[in-house]
Amino acid sequence: MSGEVKAGADTSRAPSSQKIQQVHVGGDVMQLIGGQITVTIDGTDVKVPMGTTVLDAARRVGVRIPTLCHHPDLCVAGVCRVCVVEVEGQRALQAACAFPITSSLKVKTHTRKVRQARRHILDLLLSTHYGECYSCKRNNNCELQALAKEYGVDFYRFGHVTESQVPKDESSYSVVRDMDKCILCRRCVRTCIDIQEVGVLEAVGRSNKTRISTFLDKPLGDVVCINCGQCINRCPTGALHAADTSDEVWRAIDDPTKHVVIQTAPSPRAGIGECFGCEPGTPMTYQMNTALKLAGFDKVFDTNFSADLTIIEEGTELLGRLHKALVKGEPVAFPQFTSCSPGWVKYLEHFYPEYIPNLSSAKSPQQMFGAVIKTYYAKANNIDPKDIVTVALMPCSAKKFECNRPEMADSGFKDVDYGLTTREMAQMIKEAGIHLPDMPKGDFDDPFGTATGSGVIFGATGGVMEAALRTVIEFVCGVKVEKLFDHANIVPVRGFEGVKYVELPIANVSPEVPAIIRHLIPSFDFLKGATLKVAVAHGTANARRVMEDIKAGGKFSECHFIEFMGCPGGCIGGGGQPIPTSPEIRAARARAIYEEDAECAVRKSHENPSSTASSSPTAPAAT
Amino acid sequence: MQPTSSKKTPLTFDTIAPGQGLAAALKKSRADIIGEVSASNLRGRGGAGFPTGTKWNLAAAAQGQDGGAKYVVCNADEGEPGTFKDRVLLLEYTDLVFEGMTIAARAIGATKGILYLRGEYVYMRPHLDGVLAARRTAGQLGANILGTTGFTFDIDIRMGAGAYVCGEETALIESLEGHRGEPRNRPPFPVNTGFLGQPTVVNNVETLASVSAILAKGAAWFRAIGTEKSAGFKLFSVSGDCGAPGVYEFPLGITVAALLEKVGGTGAKAVQIGGASGVCVPASEFGRRIAFEDLATGGSIIVFGQGRDMLHVAKNFMEFFVEESCGQCTPCRAGNAKLLEGIEMLERGACSSAYLRELLNLCETMQLASKCGLGQSSPNAFVSIVTHFQDEILGRTAAAH
Ligand SMILES: Cc1cc2nc3c(=O)[nH]c(=O)nc-3n(C[C@H](O)[C@H](O)[C@H](O)COP(=O)(O)O)c2cc1C
Ligand code: SF4
Ligand code: SF4
Ligand code: SF4
Ligand code: SF4
Ligand code: FES
Repeated sequence: MSGEVKAGADTSRAPSSQKIQQVHVGGDVMQLIGGQITVTIDGTDVKVPMGTTVLDAARRVGVRIPTLCHHPDLCVAGVCRVCVVEVEGQRALQAACAFPITSSLKVKTHTRKVRQARRHILDLLLSTHYGECYSCKRNNNCELQALAKEYGVDFYRFGHVTESQVPKDESSYSVVRDMDKCILCRRCVRTCIDIQEVGVLEAVGRSNKTRISTFLDKPLGDVVCINCGQCINRCPTGALHAADTSDEVWRAIDDPTKHVVIQTAPSPRAGIGECFGCEPGTPMTYQMNTALKLAGFDKVFDTNFSADLTIIEEGTELLGRLHKALVKGEPVAFPQFTSCSPGWVKYLEHFYPEYIPNLSSAKSPQQMFGAVIKTYYAKANNIDPKDIVTVALMPCSAKKFECNRPEMADSGFKDVDYGLTTREMAQMIKEAGIHLPDMPKGDFDDPFGTATGSGVIFGATGGVMEAALRTVIEFVCGVKVEKLFDHANIVPVRGFEGVKYVELPIANVSPEVPAIIRHLIPSFDFLKGATLKVAVAHGTANARRVMEDIKAGGKFSECHFIEFMGCPGGCIGGGGQPIPTSPEIRAARARAIYEEDAECAVRKSHENPSSTASSSPTAPAAT
Repeated sequence: MQPTSSKKTPLTFDTIAPGQGLAAALKKSRADIIGEVSASNLRGRGGAGFPTGTKWNLAAAAQGQDGGAKYVVCNADEGEPGTFKDRVLLLEYTDLVFEGMTIAARAIGATKGILYLRGEYVYMRPHLDGVLAARRTAGQLGANILGTTGFTFDIDIRMGAGAYVCGEETALIESLEGHRGEPRNRPPFPVNTGFLGQPTVVNNVETLASVSAILAKGAAWFRAIGTEKSAGFKLFSVSGDCGAPGVYEFPLGITVAALLEKVGGTGAKAVQIGGASGVCVPASEFGRRIAFEDLATGGSIIVFGQGRDMLHVAKNFMEFFVEESCGQCTPCRAGNAKLLEGIEMLERGACSSAYLRELLNLCETMQLASKCGLGQSSPNAFVSIVTHFQDEILGRTAAAH
C-alpha cells in the first residue's frame, strides 16, 4: 500500500558535510548498534540508543543546549558551534548536535569554557549582524535574539555593524532575502537542497566573505526558486521572510469605495492559533471569521468552497481523460497531476516541462475563488468587479506568486489581488487589537460559506486525493463511499510518508452517469473491473522521486492520478505558516484539519449545495 | 620544468631501494603489515601526528557499505605556508610514495588509491603519470600485484584547486566528491565513513614514504631513531632568515637550537614551528625539542632574524587565515577577521590591553570550538607572538600614544 520511495540523505544532492553521516563500524561495536548506552550529562545518567546525538540525549534529561544551525527537519551541519559542550577526554569542545554517542561519555554542558565559547559565538554573530529587532519581521520569534537574551548579551564585545552591507533582494513575489541579518547557519541551503531538492541557495565565497547566494548571484525572482518558502520557515532569523502585502490590504480596507473580500484556506485556521500562543493544532476557524469581520473585511468566504469546485473539476477531468484514452483511443497525458500547489507547478515547469500536459487544467482553489468572486459574485451582487478587492489568506508563500501570474486574469481583472500568509494575517489581527483565541465564534458569509469536509482536508498531504476519490468513487460506483471506506475516511492516502501509492479496484460501476459529466461520458461500463492507481507525494524532493520513476517507466508511470504538494506535510506545512515548524507541529495541524472534516455535515465535494448552484467555472490550464 | 632539488642533507630514503618495502609487505599477512607499522611507532607526518598503525587498524576493521570499496588517499596538498618537503618526495622518491600507498591498500583491503595533488604542483603530472605507468607495467599496480592473487589496486591522480583547507582530510574528501572543500563533522572519521561514504585512509606523502622504509628495514630500525614518543626521522622545510634554507632530514627530538645551527640560523629572534598554524618559539625557548611530545610539526620551520617586526609576522599569518578559512563555522569565519582587526589596532596603537585580553580569550574559544584543525590552530601564532613579544608589541602601542 505505502510508497516505496522516500526522501533520504542517500539520494540527496547535498554535500556530505551537510548530511547526516552514518557511522559504519565493524566487529564488536556492530553488535552494540541498536543497543542502549549510558551517558552522563551534567552528572545525570541517561540510557540512549547508540548513535543518539549528545543534543538529543541532553534533551531527554531536560538539559537545554542552545542551537542555531540545528533544525529537527534537517540533516546535521555542525557549523554555528553554539551548541558546544565538554566531552570528557576530548581536548576540544564538541558540537552537541553533531556528536553521535558510540561509547559511554561524560558530558558537561555549562563549564567556563563552554559558557565563554557560546557567548563569544553570539558576540561574533552579532558583530556582523545588521538589523534592529523592533523593525524586524522576526521580532520576538527569532532564535538569535532569544539566545542573545538567554546569554545576557548586554554589549557588543567585538563591535557591531552600523549600516547595511547588502541590499535586500525583493525581486521575488514570494520571498524577501535580507542578507544583512543572515548568520550563515545554512538551514535555508539544506532546506532547499535536501527537503525540496531545488537547490537555489548555496554558500559561496570563503572565510568572512562567505554568503548565501543564488545561481550567479541573480535576484531570487530570476532563478528556479519555486517560492515554496520552506527556507523562510526554517530560517532562525529575519534574513528570509515573505513579501508582505498587508499594507496594501489595509489600504483597500480603508478605502470606502472598495469591497474587500477575503477567502480563507483550510490550513491557516489550523495554524494561526500558534501566533497567539496556542498549542499547535488548535483550530481557530470560527474565531477567525469574527476577527476578520472586525478587522474590516466586507465578506469572509471559505476557500474550501472552491476547493470543492476544484475537486469536481479534477475528478471529472480524470474521468474524461480515462474515457478518452480507454474508449476513444485518443492520446491523453497520464498520470493526471494535481495543479493546486503553485510551488509544485513551478517545480514541474522548471524541471519537468515535458510533463506540463499532465497537469490538471483545473485552477487552484485560490484562483478559482478569485475568478468566481469577480464574475459570478460581482454580477449576483451587482458590484462592479473593478471595485472588488480579493484577498486570499493562504498558508503559502507561492500563492503570492501564483496570483501575480499574468494568465490569472480570467475575469478580465486580476482574479486574486493579494495573497496573505497566516503569519501576516496574525499580524493584522493583532494590529486590530484583537486577541484571536478570545473571539466569539462566527460563520462564513454566504453564498460561498458552505463547504464540505473534502475541502477542509485539502490542507494536509493526501487530502486532495482523498477528496477526489470520495467524489470519483461515488460517481463511478454509484454507491456511497461510506460503504467502501468507514466514515468515508480513505485512510490509505493519509499520513506523512513521503510517497504513498494506492490501488483501488473498481468491481462494479453505476448504470447511471451523473448529469454533470454526462456530456463527456455516456457510460461508465469501460471502467468495470479496472483498477484505479493513485499516488500522493509531498515536498518536491518526494515529487522528484516520483517524476524520475515516471520518466524511467516505473510503477508511478502507470498511475492515473497523482497528488503533488510542494511543501512537506502539504499546505499545513506551507511556507506562510507560523514559525517554528517541525514534524510534531505539522502532525498537530493535520489532526486539527481531519477533526474539522469529521465534524462537517457534508463531506463530499459534489454534495456541496453551493457549488452546484454556481455551476463550476471551467478555467484554462492553471499554468 | 622541474626546479632543482632543494635537498640540503642526504635523506634516509636514499638508502631504500624501490620495491624493497612492497616485496617485504607482500610476504606478510595483512595483520602483520599493520603490526609492523604499529610497532614502528610511526606517527602521521602531515601535522596531526596520529599513529599510522592505529589508523590502518581502524580502516581494516571498518566495513564498507554494501561491501563497497575502501580507499587509500595520499594527501599531497602541501599547503601549509613554509612547507615544501613533500615536493621533494613526490619528485625524487616517487616510487616510495606510491609503494606506501600500495602497502596501505594491502593492509586495509583497499582497491583504489587517489593522490590528491596540490594545484600548484600540476607541473609534476607528467612525471607522476610516468611513474604510475611504469609501475603498472612492472606489475606493481593493477590486478594480482606482483603475483599476489586477489590483490588488485590502482592509483588515480586528482588535482586540488589551491584552497589550504582542502589539505584537511575531510575537506579533501569533500573536494574529491566534487563539493565545496569544507571539513565534515567528526566523528564519523574517514576510516569509517570517508570517500563516497566508504572506509578511507588519508595519509601524508611523507608518512607513506616512511611506511615503505619501515617495511624494507623493519620497525625496530625505525624506532631506534628519534625519541621514545616520536620515532624515526623527519623531513623539515626550512625557510626564512637563515644561511641555507631548504629541505633537511633530522631525527625527531632535535632541539630548535641544534636545528638552527645546521641551517645557519643561529642568533635568530624566533622560530615558527609548524607553519602558519604552528607556534612561534622565542630565543629563550630554543632548547625545546621538535617532537610530538613538545613542539609538534608537519615539518615547516620559519626562522625570524633579529630585525623582524613580530607584529608584522603575526599579521602575515592572520591575513593568511582570513583568506583561507572555509567560512563554515562561526569561530573561525568571524574570529580570524577579529584577530586581524586587533593586529591592525595594535599597529595603530589603538588596542587597549583590556581588548587584547578579550582577543586572547577569543583565541581560546577558537581553539576549542572551531569545527576543524584550521580554526583550532589559526590563533596559535597570534597567541604565542602576543605572549612572547608582549613588550615589543605593547611598547609600540605606548610609542604610538
Ligand atoms: C587546515 C589543515 C590543512 C592541512 N593540510 C595538510 C596538507 O597539506 N598535507 C597533509 O598531509 N596533511 C594536512 N593536514 C592534516 C590532514 O588533515 C591529515 O591529518 C593528514 O593528512 C593525515 O595524514 P598523516 O596521519 O599521515 O599525517 C591538514 C590539516 C588541516 C586542519
Ligand atoms: S533577525 Fe533577530 S536579532 Fe536580527 S534584527 Fe531580527 S529579530 Fe533582531
Ligand atoms: S522558496 Fe523554496 S525553492 Fe525558493 S529558495 Fe526557498 S526553499 Fe528554495
Ligand atoms: S538566510 Fe537564514 S537560514 Fe539561511 S543561512 Fe542565513 S540565517 Fe541561516
Ligand atoms: S575551523 Fe575554519 S576552516 Fe575549519 S570548518 Fe570552521 S571555518 Fe572552516
Ligand atoms: S547547533 Fe550544533 S553546531 Fe549549530
